[in-house]
Amino acid sequence: MPISHQQVTRVSLLGRLLLSEEETETMTAQLGQILTYMQLLDEVDTDQVEPMAHAVEVSDVFRGDQLAPSLARDLALANAPQHDGECYRVPAVLGDA
Amino acid sequence: MSLTDLSAVELLDRLDARHVTSTEVVQAFLDRIERYDRRIGAFLRVDREAALDQAAAVDRKRQAGEALGRLGGLPVAIKDLLATQGEPTTCASRMLEDFRPPYDATVIARLKAADGVILGKTNMDEFAMGGSTENSAFRLTRNPWDTTRIPGGSSGGSAAAVAAAMAPLSVASDTGGSIRAPASWCGVVGLKPTYGRVSRYGLVAFASSLDQIGPLARTVEDAALLLEVLAGHDPRDSTSVDRPVPNYTSSVGRPLERLRLGIVPELFGDGLDAEVAAAVRVAVDVYRSLGATVQEVSLPHGKYAVATYYIIAPCEASSNLARYDGVHYGYRTDAQKAAARLEAERKALEQAGDRAGLDNLDTALVRMYRQTRSEAFGPEVKRRIMLGTYALSAGYYDAYYLKAMKVRRLVREDFDRAFEQVDLIAGPVTPMPAYPIGEKVNDPLAMYLCDVYTACTNLAGIAGLSIPCGFSSRGLPIGLHLQAPAFEEERLLRGAAMYQRATAWHTRRPSLDGE
Repeated sequence: MPISHQQVTRVSLLGRLLLSEEETETMTAQLGQILTYMQLLDEVDTDQVEPMAHAVEVSDVFRGDQLAPSLARDLALANAPQHDGECYRVPAVLGDA
Repeated sequence: MSLTDLSAVELLDRLDARHVTSTEVVQAFLDRIERYDRRIGAFLRVDREAALDQAAAVDRKRQAGEALGRLGGLPVAIKDLLATQGEPTTCASRMLEDFRPPYDATVIARLKAADGVILGKTNMDEFAMGGSTENSAFRLTRNPWDTTRIPGGSSGGSAAAVAAAMAPLSVASDTGGSIRAPASWCGVVGLKPTYGRVSRYGLVAFASSLDQIGPLARTVEDAALLLEVLAGHDPRDSTSVDRPVPNYTSSVGRPLERLRLGIVPELFGDGLDAEVAAAVRVAVDVYRSLGATVQEVSLPHGKYAVATYYIIAPCEASSNLARYDGVHYGYRTDAQKAAARLEAERKALEQAGDRAGLDNLDTALVRMYRQTRSEAFGPEVKRRIMLGTYALSAGYYDAYYLKAMKVRRLVREDFDRAFEQVDLIAGPVTPMPAYPIGEKVNDPLAMYLCDVYTACTNLAGIAGLSIPCGFSSRGLPIGLHLQAPAFEEERLLRGAAMYQRATAWHTRRPSLDGE
């Protein structure tokens, strides 16, 4: 198996997902199958190949440093699950609130 | 003949000649949606009032002799991943079920400026991840040619809407074949433009280096018309390219002279359905009869496209979807329940004296993220997040992501070499005609392998199009895939239109009244 149950649990934390035991089982099997298929790429010699991150290899697209209106606060907050009119509200980050 | 039988270009002629009003045209399509969409399931939402209001506004402008935009009151269906200001934009996900974007996507603004009338938002695979539209959190879309089969995906709602004449035009997106595969399976024309040809501003991101917006329509001329409206530079998308947009509608009628058509023998090997292979070969013969020279070219890295794509796309997706945190917008889990569950876990660990378990226990914030995302994302989205997160994680980056980016360049170089010898490359769009609903839902790899012919177009960033080229013995549509070099959409459309003029596949319609 190219990926273990334990690795799947670890990756689910990195990906901010919470998988049930059953989901973890299924995910381990399916990711294993997919990653096995990807070993196909091992046969390609890429030693001298530059990676291609983007289809249009543009760089440094700048705009003028000009003030322009941006999204108003009430609009930015309008879709928030919880806000107090000024800020987004989240569970306490520090301490045992 | 009813209005919904007409192509967009034919409707526009009648609108411009004032033989019909936009209100009448829009009403005709709304009636058809009313009548058939219960069975097809192409739309997630239809806003009749808003569409009729827009149509009436265009009619008033036309009546007053004001200059009208290129779409002149034609209705358009929109894939539900393009931001429409104040209107739900769900990506067919529970995560965005109640999300109302505060702005319009650039393509939506362009449609409105062109006097297009938005009919509604179409169904899709959740976050455009999938090839059958079965991954929608909200509804199943059925293939209008055989309602026991999938319409393809991820733009299944758009393709089914156009095929069933519930809309003459649709705007969708293609990351690895999501416009072309459903177009092929539903018997319509679908075009994925060159990366950078159309602004992605306001397109909900899936894989940013691969996503591109394009048109679906019943004819090549209609696709040309819609692309002309969509294409162009946008300062809000720094990857959109600043070069002039050709007048596709005026050139589409001119056949390509001395066309050199490439075919790739490797693509006709194992795994390709015999009826699809035969239909594509006959289509190539049609080009010969039109004076094209047909030449074999090689894309030696084509067989690596699926593996490469299913590393790069999930890597980008896992990063893009990190924004769904239950804080800024979208779904959030019930925080009290999540906290209570976390507390129960902590107590259990304490009682068991499990120190390591206690050390590793989520904080309240992390648990809120995890619970939120796990409740609101469907299985395929979770799979892609897992795959991408794994491939980008420490120790695996070089073996997967870096490797895939290198193979991506080899795929691109294959095309560069091929296009030195030929003007267009022809081949199949999908390995088989539309398959039965449910057939591949438990086999993600089998679903991924359906992208074998389309994913390389996105990896290379070039343009590709699907056009109807026949039917299977079961009466299911088959598509011909044409690919052109970057920014050669004009050539692609002219090449497709010359085939369309010589054949009648695009005039066939599914029968929706039987059963």
